[in-house]
Amino acid sequence: MAGISWFKFSAPASFYPLAGRLIPWFAALAALLTVAGLYIGFLVAPTDYQQGESYRIIFIHVPAAWMAMFTYCVMAGWCAASLIWNTRLSAMMAQSLAPTGAMFAFVSLWTGAFWGRPTWGTYWVWDARLTSTLILFFLYLGYIALRAAIDDPRRADRASALLALVGVVNVPIIYFSVKWWNTLHQGATVSMTAAPKMAQTMLAAMLIMSFAAWFYTIAVALHRVRSIILEREAHADWVQELRNGRQG
Amino acid sequence: MMEWLKMGGHGFYIWWSYGVFALAIAIEVWLLSRRRAQAWQMVRQAAEEDNA
Amino acid sequence: MNRSASTIAVEPVTIGVIQAMRWACARDLLLAFRSKSELALIVVFFVLVTSLFPLGVSPDAKLLERIAPGIAWVAALLASLLSLPRLFALDHADGTLEQLVLGPAPLASMVSGKVLAHWLANGLPLVLLSPVAGVQFGMQPEAIATLTASLLLGTPTLSWLGAIGAALTLGTRTGSALLALLVLPLAVPILIFGAGAAESVATGLGAEAHLSLLGAGLIASWVLGPFATALAVRIAYE
Repeated sequence: MAGISWFKFSAPASFYPLAGRLIPWFAALAALLTVAGLYIGFLVAPTDYQQGESYRIIFIHVPAAWMAMFTYCVMAGWCAASLIWNTRLSAMMAQSLAPTGAMFAFVSLWTGAFWGRPTWGTYWVWDARLTSTLILFFLYLGYIALRAAIDDPRRADRASALLALVGVVNVPIIYFSVKWWNTLHQGATVSMTAAPKMAQTMLAAMLIMSFAAWFYTIAVALHRVRSIILEREAHADWVQELRNGRQG
Repeated sequence: MMEWLKMGGHGFYIWWSYGVFALAIAIEVWLLSRRRAQAWQMVRQAAEEDNA
Repeated sequence: MNRSASTIAVEPVTIGVIQAMRWACARDLLLAFRSKSELALIVVFFVLVTSLFPLGVSPDAKLLERIAPGIAWVAALLASLLSLPRLFALDHADGTLEQLVLGPAPLASMVSGKVLAHWLANGLPLVLLSPVAGVQFGMQPEAIATLTASLLLGTPTLSWLGAIGAALTLGTRTGSALLALLVLPLAVPILIFGAGAAESVATGLGAEAHLSLLGAGLIASWVLGPFATALAVRIAYE
């Protein structure tokens, strides 16, 4: 470990092969944990006496919501790094995380709606967490749209980085304000956070699925960043050598 | 088996949730491989531009 | 219409922070008042949007009184979105903005002056017009006063959020729609506390908390906004 110069990996040319070696491990872990989590979630965890079987949706709803939020923070971290140290790779990492984060936000909203219907009678509940996730989804879309609207990659890097940083600072404020708004208006105790009293097995399954989602995100982001590196460094010598190596 | 699939009457919601989740993952992975193929195309185009 | 940039100091003099801000503010206000029709448009838009809601929802007085603060605030949000692209776009188009970035005056001050002028020309009229909307919806005097106060405290913060968005989207093709996507999610807390203030007065709960939070947001946006916006403008010119 002492001999590795970590800064070496901040160059796209060095990071590319490293990422390639890491992807299979994270993908395998994600797959294994998913199987384990769903096995426990469906075949071991008992039926909830209040919600019946529909509570089993939380095994994807909650991990998806956590990943959407966590990914945004990590993305913002890479954005900060890209602005502070002016590194291309940091910006590329942020770029590679956004679509997956948006996907998890969407899945969280969808599963939230499909959990809400059998449990509380409506597909949409304006509770604090779901509404905040909806806004988070828009924040992701804004980041992706801004990147797409700017042609110059470096300018797109910096502009979207600033946007993500403004967003991440606002996320707690947004959550706080939505929670406030929700508690003032909500009569009945309808809340996504009031999950069923968790049996050990339910909790275990949820945690396992959360880790599965995390490793999945890492694997997908590493794969995507490799494509981004190829796109943006297409003229570089090392990329051309790589191409020749593939053909030979 | 059918009883398990019905999930005590909540099958519609559970399977639509997990189904869309699986679909989202599948779409994402498909888009990933498509993006990789397009990236290599860009590399090829760059080579042609540089050698031209 | 040929807009020539006002004279910028050419001699190598350090231009003070307040001086720069005053200059930028005065210049933008002057330019804004040259096109009075654009200013009037924002105001008319606000009144039009607030009038649409009863037509689209229901003329029931009790219902309207309840949703009035929310409607007024949404209309204010949309009206400011209308006016935001103009904040930087015109100066960007004729090269003035680039001169400001390269010039000797601190960009954060210049930007502050521009945003202040923008608020005076676009936000303040909405604040002054809000009692009209309040009366239109049959709000109680106390609630109307709170609505006006909330808009007074909240619209400057909106101007800053909008300024960052406008600077980030400088020169992009998609313009207004993208600006709306960037600004509106970030504006949600302001909307919640702003509309909530008048609503809580109507229900008898008191609006101190809402107004204090809006005030805190106002201070934070005026402290952080200039630097974030200046950075966004510089990014557009790199």
